[in-house]
Amino acid sequence: MQIYLPIAEVSVNMFLLLGLGGMVGVLSGMFGVGGGFLITPLLFFIGIPPTVAVATSANQIIASSVSGLFAHLKRRNVDLRMGMLLQGGGVVGAGLGMVLFNWLKQLGHVDLLVNLCYVVFLGAIGSLMFVESLSALRRARGGGGGPVKKRKQRGLVHTLPMKMRFRTSGLYISVIPPFLVGAAVGVLSAVMGVGGGFIMVPAMIYLLHMPTKVVIGTSLFQIILVAGVTTFLHAVTNHSVDIALALFLLIGGVVGAQIGTRIGAKMKAEQLRILLALLVLSVCFKLGLDLVLPPAEVYTLTEVQ
Amino acid sequence: MRLPRLSALRALLAAALLAAPVALPAQEAEEVPALPAPEELVLGLSQNRVAITANFDGSEILIFGAVKRDTAPLAEPADVIITVAGPTEPIAVQRKERRAGIWVNADQVTIRQAPSFYAVATSAPLEDILSATEDLRHRISIPRAIRSITSGDEVTDEDAFVEALVRIRQRAGLYQMREETVGFDRQTLFRTSVPLPSSLPTGVYSVNVYLVRDGSVASTHETAIRVGKVGLEQWLYALSREQGVLYALLAIFIAIFAGWGASEIFRLLRNQ
Repeated sequence: MQIYLPIAEVSVNMFLLLGLGGMVGVLSGMFGVGGGFLITPLLFFIGIPPTVAVATSANQIIASSVSGLFAHLKRRNVDLRMGMLLQGGGVVGAGLGMVLFNWLKQLGHVDLLVNLCYVVFLGAIGSLMFVESLSALRRARGGGGGPVKKRKQRGLVHTLPMKMRFRTSGLYISVIPPFLVGAAVGVLSAVMGVGGGFIMVPAMIYLLHMPTKVVIGTSLFQIILVAGVTTFLHAVTNHSVDIALALFLLIGGVVGAQIGTRIGAKMKAEQLRILLALLVLSVCFKLGLDLVLPPAEVYTLTEVQ
Repeated sequence: MRLPRLSALRALLAAALLAAPVALPAQEAEEVPALPAPEELVLGLSQNRVAITANFDGSEILIFGAVKRDTAPLAEPADVIITVAGPTEPIAVQRKERRAGIWVNADQVTIRQAPSFYAVATSAPLEDILSATEDLRHRISIPRAIRSITSGDEVTDEDAFVEALVRIRQRAGLYQMREETVGFDRQTLFRTSVPLPSSLPTGVYSVNVYLVRDGSVASTHETAIRVGKVGLEQWLYALSREQGVLYALLAIFIAIFAGWGASEIFRLLRNQ
């Protein structure tokens, strides 16, 4: 059944949108990523103009993240205190990132830089996670299911001042590292134009040593604010949020997120990390190919304001 | 209601055609015999407004009309060209180039005036019926309808960019070259249909009919079609432009509500 989208000004199949939303929703619930890095290119592919695709995917991400968040809240897998601290850092980082982005824009070739950034970050994070979680999985099996050797709890993170207790995460650390992590992801999100879930999740696991299950819920919590602000800014300045498109995507998305959360709850943390690593690596591979392979059409059209 | 208007127009056309030969002798007696008698074009459309509704999935417009003459048709046969042009807009065409193994956007050409939709329908191959100078003057063929091309000094092959624009838009059904699709009966009645894609840009479209003879335009007629969203589509579009903040809050509210709603529904299902 075809539906005409008032802002995108194209007609697309309703069930295709429900399916797309559902698929990304499942990933969102499972891994705590918003899925913008997946849904935006898919929307381009079905003929939605880029500006509308970017803005509307932010709107759909709010819905699937809220849906996933509620499911995780019931399992007490959300560290609200940590989430707010990360958000605080994120706001500062996004501001800095905007300045950086505008500076890069003046130098030219910003889109190439963004693409290279993507490939490098996705590649690095994906491979590190893959190797780490694979060895963790092996260790768990090799030890005959016995307890995994406890991480070394002393480090730079623990010598910093302003310590705070994060009960849900089981951490007693300084507020400075989470704030810096939030800020760094904020800078990257502003430059790369993504919510940053796929950077935030590994950062919380490996830099802040939070438990994987808590990371997913907390990531969803912090994504909601980022996606909300993004949606608002796009709607007010570019008028590019398509409510009709968002509605079909998010109906699929909220249902998918519930299913994803249930799948995630049944899996081991190492398995989840391996799957996320593979997902990140495949997106990286696809982006890398796009840069290197000759495009089908070397010309592109852009609207001039 | 389109039907009554359509049949009224047909009746009018029929009357005009019947009246033409009858009126002939009387006029000849009074007026000085003119050089080639003016041929006037009369035009009808299946709809003068295309309404884009929530289930709009492309449409088709039927264009028909007649050549009204005060004399018998001239010995030299004429042909008909019909163009449908959407609102013009500026557009940038970018070309990717391989640099250090990576495909990046390199050259760019800006076209100040490109029709957002353009269809040319003819009763015979365009090349055979229209001379290059007349095409240039009336801007009939697709490349001629695209105007004001500007680029930096480093671009030497602007034509390739214009060709790319035409190719991309032809693939999307936005530019159409429809040669020999106009039925032209007894040098008098003509009709054609132009398919409109679902990604039809909104705005005021102009429909032009050209009667061509000997490679040049003998007579023209222009009319307009309005393409616009209606109902919910129009309401949402207007809201997004005029009440940006309200629209943004509505979008966010729907998203949060849907997320919460789904989680509650799943919880209820689980508890049963």
